[in-house]
Amino acid sequence: MADVSLNGHVHTITALVHDRPGVLARVAGLFSRRGFNISSLAVGHSETAGLSRMTFVVEGGDWVVEQVTKQLYKLIDVVRVTNISSESSVVREMALLKVKSNKDNRAEIMQIVDIFRAGIVDVGKDTVIVEVTGDEGKIDALIKLLQPFGVRETMRTGRIAMTRGGVAAGTKQTAVPAAQSAPDTEVVP
Amino acid sequence: MGRVFFYPRKGAPVTERQAKESEGVLHLTGAQMVCESLVREGTDIMFGLPGGAILPLYQTLPEYPQLRHILVRHEQNAGHAADGYARASGKVGVAVATSGPGATNLVTPLATAMMDSVPIVAITGQVPRAAIGRDAFQETDTTGITLPITKHNYLVMDTADIPQIMSEAFHIARTGRPGPVLIDLPRDVLTESDDFDYPEHVDLPSYKPTMEGHGQMIKRAAQLIADSQRPLLMVGHGAIISGAFAEVREIAEKAQIPVITTLLGIGSFSGEHILSMGMPGMHGQAYNNWAIDRADLIIGVGMRFDDRVTGRLSAFAPNAKVIHIDIDPAEVGKNVRVTVPIVGDAKRVLHALEKQVEQVSRPEWMSEIDAMRAEHPLGSGHGSGLRPQHVVRELCDVTDGRAIVVTGVGQHQMWAAQHYVFKEPGSWITSGGLGTMGFEVPAAMGAAFAQPNRPVWSIAGDGGFQMTMSELATIVEHNVPVKFAILNNNNLGLVRQLQDLFYGGSRVASGYSANPDFVKLAEAYGIWAKHVTDEPQVRSAIEEAAAVDGPAIIDFHVEPEENVYPHVPAGESVFEMIESPAGREALSWLT
Repeated sequence: MADVSLNGHVHTITALVHDRPGVLARVAGLFSRRGFNISSLAVGHSETAGLSRMTFVVEGGDWVVEQVTKQLYKLIDVVRVTNISSESSVVREMALLKVKSNKDNRAEIMQIVDIFRAGIVDVGKDTVIVEVTGDEGKIDALIKLLQPFGVRETMRTGRIAMTRGGVAAGTKQTAVPAAQSAPDTEVVP
Repeated sequence: MGRVFFYPRKGAPVTERQAKESEGVLHLTGAQMVCESLVREGTDIMFGLPGGAILPLYQTLPEYPQLRHILVRHEQNAGHAADGYARASGKVGVAVATSGPGATNLVTPLATAMMDSVPIVAITGQVPRAAIGRDAFQETDTTGITLPITKHNYLVMDTADIPQIMSEAFHIARTGRPGPVLIDLPRDVLTESDDFDYPEHVDLPSYKPTMEGHGQMIKRAAQLIADSQRPLLMVGHGAIISGAFAEVREIAEKAQIPVITTLLGIGSFSGEHILSMGMPGMHGQAYNNWAIDRADLIIGVGMRFDDRVTGRLSAFAPNAKVIHIDIDPAEVGKNVRVTVPIVGDAKRVLHALEKQVEQVSRPEWMSEIDAMRAEHPLGSGHGSGLRPQHVVRELCDVTDGRAIVVTGVGQHQMWAAQHYVFKEPGSWITSGGLGTMGFEVPAAMGAAFAQPNRPVWSIAGDGGFQMTMSELATIVEHNVPVKFAILNNNNLGLVRQLQDLFYGGSRVASGYSANPDFVKLAEAYGIWAKHVTDEPQVRSAIEEAAAVDGPAIIDFHVEPEENVYPHVPAGESVFEMIESPAGREALSWLT
């Protein structure tokens, strides 16, 4: 799998944080006031009650990543920060795409959707909603192919990521890359 | 505001509460919990100003006579007073304000304390929980506003949480790299009651400051020191906060390393010591900047390589390797490339490092530094009138270098930093990072409450003094023996200096043409005061003021054209340093 985090100075950082009011504002505020360029942010509950896990995609060189990590640690609500860019990891994003469609081209759209192992989750009179999961490259590719039909609305979750094998990201300083884990089957066609 | 609040007072006939108390469980109102927590955290004084939302707390204060409350004239001054108190005592300062404007007036002191790593706990009132988010009277998003300027903050939504939050707040404020913590308390959280169970100790899994330096790094640092020919110690506020005075001296003497103290590090090393160099950077002693340029090793201790210290980073200490010791990992490697990073408490790291450092002498480096000192001496003024540098030197002489000196920001601050030679640690209180004008009045008041037996001198600018002089009333109320030396040049002096040096002398909005007569102003408050216009009067005026039992103000009419030298232009290097009025000519390209 082509991981953009390894080139172009794009880094994937996960943080385990206390699930308290304002924690998102603390993290988001930190990024903006320190001038860090954040291209995506996804938040959700972790496996532990009371803790949430955030995934950031940050642009910048090593200095930026080091500062982001250190500054995040200074927030009292942040438990653990892990830069998983150099780890072997599974990276996913989900998107919902509302595509213009009629009975003449619906089959063609479904064909494209099938190739991407995506699905159609809603069919309207003149639109369909496509649900797709994959890394950013795959989603970008699907959007590009659907563009000629007319993409009326897109909703993307931002990247979530998890290191392969070993221990959960954020419970140890560095996750162990596991060579023996299964290869990623969800590869961009 | 016609509502009547209900809060049971201590001793009120609440049978359930009395029953629980007999079992050893306190049942208290939120306001009582706050007071009880303050007492347990060792708070004996707080600075504040009440208002509707925080009133339940104030109405509870009579039950806690051990909590002394100082009513200020402006919440900003409550914050700065708590700051001055914290810096002079080493304890946590406490400031109290109401919701809305009370809380927003705390913004400047919180930012000041954040930049200078000062432990403050600020307690603010908030509108009742049900009114939050409805733009209620005097409502503001206090935790939102103060988020980037506090080490941490809390909005308390449940009375039962108060003991835990109060103990966490004090723990966070005073440990690691200290800083301000704000607790926002809705009015009904203060009036409701719950069981009070104060935590024995605080354990925050996500907050564990590193105290001990890494053994391997300390070993490498000792090796670098052994290998170096021209080392320099650059010591900052961290050394003062951790109380590393003996450790700095021991390592400096053993390894023969000259000691530069940053603006906030002044006092961490005796100014009289033969290895004492003074301040670096924009307005530091010129020879220090040349020494930094020559050094082959910089040992930064509890300092953060601020832009006022380094100037243009690419030209800073070009020949030096860097050992950086700081308790805040984010500071290490933030501004300069570090050869050996050591995260830990300055006192403990220096103690460990000192054991591994070899005793050496460095006669060549010392004689080189002596030559730089001789070639680039610290000037004592160029103008014809009363020289502000002379005032500071006389003040230092009369107080034997043992006063607590408090300043705001600007020329007066730089002259005080350059010319007052401190003999005792922790005697210099100034707004460094944020550069807050007006800090000198309330912070001096706070310092005097912390150290009632030491002389406290506020060296003030006429600009800053007028920003916060409303606190003179508070000072008189409590007969606080703060002495003010106003270096009055009827100017925002450093602004005027920047305009003269870098804006072709175009003096826009930097002159005051109608300053008050500060002696008459003092009379209005009943404060002893005196004008001084000539150098021969300086010493006797200072002696008279020092002898006054209570506050005193001396209005020094200093030479308005006097500039602070040296002056490294912002973002430039030591090679662009202006060392005297003549030096400006050589740099005409700068404008």
